[in-house]
Amino acid sequence: MSLITVERKILEKNDELAEQNRMIFARRGIFVMNMVSSPGSGKTSIIERTISMLKDKLRIAVIEGDVQTSLDAERIDALNIPVVQIVTNGSCHLDAPLVRDAFSKFTDDKIDILFIENVGNLVCPAAYDLGEAMKTVIISTTEGDDKPLKYPAMFRNSEVLIINKTDLLPYINCKIDDIIHNAKSINPDLKIFQTSCETQEGISEWCDYLIARSGTNEKKN
Amino acid sequence: MHEVSIAQEIIDIVRNYLPDDKDTSVKSVKVAIGEFSSIHAESLKFGYKILTEDTNLQNSLLNIENIPLSVKCHDCGAESILGEPLFFCPVCSGSKVEIISGTEMKVVEIEIYD
Repeated sequence: MSLITVERKILEKNDELAEQNRMIFARRGIFVMNMVSSPGSGKTSIIERTISMLKDKLRIAVIEGDVQTSLDAERIDALNIPVVQIVTNGSCHLDAPLVRDAFSKFTDDKIDILFIENVGNLVCPAAYDLGEAMKTVIISTTEGDDKPLKYPAMFRNSEVLIINKTDLLPYINCKIDDIIHNAKSINPDLKIFQTSCETQEGISEWCDYLIARSGTNEKKN
Repeated sequence: MHEVSIAQEIIDIVRNYLPDDKDTSVKSVKVAIGEFSSIHAESLKFGYKILTEDTNLQNSLLNIENIPLSVKCHDCGAESILGEPLFFCPVCSGSKVEIISGTEMKVVEIEIYD
């Protein structure tokens, strides 16, 4: 019997391409944000509100990821923002090769912030590096206060948590403090925003954070 | 977390390491899977079995070494294994803990018959 030593990461192909993506984004000065959540939490709506607030200050582009349809890309396109739709035809997460291919389709030279809206899924996107600078995880007030405990990898691997749909709080049994407590027990460093895409609550705080975190305010000076 | 496609990645890596000699017979493949990697061991074994059927890896075993989730506390310095993914130091209850193991997904070694 012989032993062949391997010691190779199983997802190395994806990780290597993600690093290449990361280098391309760095060279082009693009801050890349991977937006993750369950289906229906409000990823696209938050991106829409962010675009409306920031598009006169910086150049935004979006990569949309869905199993089927280009409905989300159409929403972004209606705001006159460069967008590419990835249709995965069944894959439940985006990966680095899909993002590389989508990114090559942008014709604009100058992008300050690139949002990648991942497929709605709180499990698999946690494991697939796309080359992003950071992840923002979104949960909405209707999903259950225990979700951070049930999906710890996603909350551990994100820098920001957006608790969305605060306008529904008067009608549902949701305790924001419990969501925050649960989220912080997984990741005490999470920066947390509470937002509503209906009332605009929290959107400008999130946008101020985005400008600072992405370094675009320094670039503009 | 779609263990079948993970099994396929394992098989692809193994094939890269096998000698070109077609008579090579693989007894086992050892992988290290961290408890916090979202991979379910039994499903992974099942996926490996399905994908290696009717191939030269058909009778090889997938040995899964389970790596526990462990953290180092930046407050008291203790290194501890966590029984569940709640990120507090079991020694001092501090929350400034860094994961030191438990997220691995790697192919460790291949055992072949001489």
